[in-house]
Amino acid sequence: MSASDHAHDHSHGYAAHHDDHGHAPGFFRRWLCSTNHKDIGTLYLIFGAVGGTVGGILSIWMRLELFSPGMHHFSSGQEWNTVVTAHGLLMIFFSVMPALIGGFGNWFVPIMIGAPDMAFPRLNNISFWLLVPAFCLIIAGLVMQESGTGWTLYPPLSNSTYEPGPGMDFTLFALHLAGASSLLGAINFITTIFNMRAPGMTLHKMPLFVWSMLVTAFLLLLSIPVLAGAITMLITDRNFGTSFFDPQGGGDPVLFQHLFWFFGHPEVYIMILPGFGIISSIVSTFSRKPIFGYLGMAYAIVAIGVVGFVVWAHHMFVSGISVDTRAYFMTATLVIAVPTGIKIFSWIATMWGGSIELKTPMLWAIGMIFLFTVGGVTGIVLANAGIDQMLHNTYYVVAHFHYVLSLGAVFSIFAGFYYWIGKMSGRPYPEFWGKVHFWVTFVGVNLTFFPMHFLGLAGMPRRYVDYPEAFRGWNEVASIGAFIGGAGLLVFFYVCYRVFTSREHVAENYWGEGATTLEWTLSSPPPFHTFAELPRIR
Amino acid sequence: MRARRSSTLLGLSLVAVIAGMVGLTFAAVPLYRVFCAVTGYGGTPQIGAALSRTVSANTITVRFDAAVNPGLPWQFKPEQGQVTFRLGEQQVAFYRARNTSDQPVRGIAVYNVTPEKVGRYFHKTACFCFNEQTLSPNQEMQLPVSFWVDPAIADDPSTADVTVITLSYTFFRSLDDAAKSGALANAGPHVGPLIR
Repeated sequence: MSASDHAHDHSHGYAAHHDDHGHAPGFFRRWLCSTNHKDIGTLYLIFGAVGGTVGGILSIWMRLELFSPGMHHFSSGQEWNTVVTAHGLLMIFFSVMPALIGGFGNWFVPIMIGAPDMAFPRLNNISFWLLVPAFCLIIAGLVMQESGTGWTLYPPLSNSTYEPGPGMDFTLFALHLAGASSLLGAINFITTIFNMRAPGMTLHKMPLFVWSMLVTAFLLLLSIPVLAGAITMLITDRNFGTSFFDPQGGGDPVLFQHLFWFFGHPEVYIMILPGFGIISSIVSTFSRKPIFGYLGMAYAIVAIGVVGFVVWAHHMFVSGISVDTRAYFMTATLVIAVPTGIKIFSWIATMWGGSIELKTPMLWAIGMIFLFTVGGVTGIVLANAGIDQMLHNTYYVVAHFHYVLSLGAVFSIFAGFYYWIGKMSGRPYPEFWGKVHFWVTFVGVNLTFFPMHFLGLAGMPRRYVDYPEAFRGWNEVASIGAFIGGAGLLVFFYVCYRVFTSREHVAENYWGEGATTLEWTLSSPPPFHTFAELPRIR
Repeated sequence: MRARRSSTLLGLSLVAVIAGMVGLTFAAVPLYRVFCAVTGYGGTPQIGAALSRTVSANTITVRFDAAVNPGLPWQFKPEQGQVTFRLGEQQVAFYRARNTSDQPVRGIAVYNVTPEKVGRYFHKTACFCFNEQTLSPNQEMQLPVSFWVDPAIADDPSTADVTVITLSYTFFRSLDDAAKSGALANAGPHVGPLIR
């Protein structure tokens, strides 16, 4: 890796001050009572890796089962359902969100806006440590096999008739804790971004990653309380005899679907917007050009966030909503393609005519753009209320949301990892193995998820442990793909091993002139306390 | 110092936003009900004693549908399959329910009309479904419902094509009755520990 060749003291108009307050407290105080945004970011990244690995093992288990018709590796449908539930919840709340928001967000939002730390450092600590008991509760729900509802938690399946055990309550409480954690994090990010920008860092000069985190934080702030309210009602329905969602007492189960998806749809943007921010940084860096259409990009994120709140019922096209309602939600959903298209085309325009360097982070970024576009296009298909009647709850939907999340969000996590690991650890990653990781994963995930489109179009429903012989062929292919993807994860662990045992050190700005944001003006790794004297942005 | 105070202020107002969103979530429960009642959304019929001012020459057919939740030990059937009557005219129809158990049971019916878009034109002036009904052991009872259909249904282009409306009821055991008799604990094959 060309670590030291591109060392720049001050890149592009920032004048930073390196005050090396390097002295860190002991292990217990540093890691358990941490109030330092970089340490908390590191904890989040480790947590996200653990959550993702557990969720990934569950998915390999599921693909093993679906390799051929019949029951081989699961003893019952309920066991299968709990694994499906835990896989979804772990990946969303305990892998993608911690890595993108808590991890990269904590690490780089304060640095990119020239702030010494987050606005509420102790709140930041609580945010992280709330996730650990939440994770334990999810695992309890999984091990007890009492929460087989899918991540959507729809009653009546999740009520006390069909999921009578406490495992379901554990899962619901886990979401309460994870939600509280996200909300505290959101308050912290918004306050930090609004109040702690360095002099001269106006909103319209902020890096796009910071913009994406700002919008994400607002989405969290407005959507998570709705989930919290809905699952509180579910918990009281289950345990205290209320009937919010029980027709017997005058309630309506469809109300839960409305509340859930009012949260659930913004939630999918919560998972992908920070990824958009990372990809913008990387594409600009490795094309050695400023991002094309900066303002358009920033406001496209805002537009996606705003419109994301008024499209929720496209998840409910078969719940009996009227034709006019479906027409509205269909149109509003299709509108989201416009700001998303602005982003995709601006990334391409940034690369156009740039001096592109295909280092590992750029590979992941281009991979993300390609795969997210595939997922976006199937999203347009599904947005059509008429077509969705046929495809609802089939593997086509599974393929769609794995293309945008498992491939879109996860690829941006890995892109961010390779982009910033030198900055965070001070050590280079092995370029060759990074590329191997990319190609193995790219082949694996496409082999896994592309055949699911065919299965879905052929009518294979999701969330079943077994399937008829007719679906065998593409399921075999998908399972083989999953095993290749799993091998990719092993390569990733090897890359981590190589990074953390490396004796080399990288310079401040090891990506050269394309990397223009404030983190590249700091040493690698940055000192324990950064920007004790605020940088001035011209 | 000023920065810290403004951070605290901003942080607290964001907490207020969260509290507001939680409040709105719970407000959604009654609002959802009001929304359905006002707009007839989801086939919610209009409730009230008022009668139609006009009677039109056009007729419409209403079919009757009945369902019973397995937790309720009742038989429940309409006494007539369908009626055809003039728009704006008040009609009375009857259902019949019988308690097949040897203890008194209280039930409550939930209801709607389909196609769902006609909810705002379908008026119920009186109905057994407005209250809980109690049947003593093996008692049989006639359950009346009176209703009329607004003649405006024929003028609205989105509902002008409707010639048949289905009036549907599902009888559930009332919640406190179910809790009292312990019926929730053994209400059906899916209840209780899962069979593995």
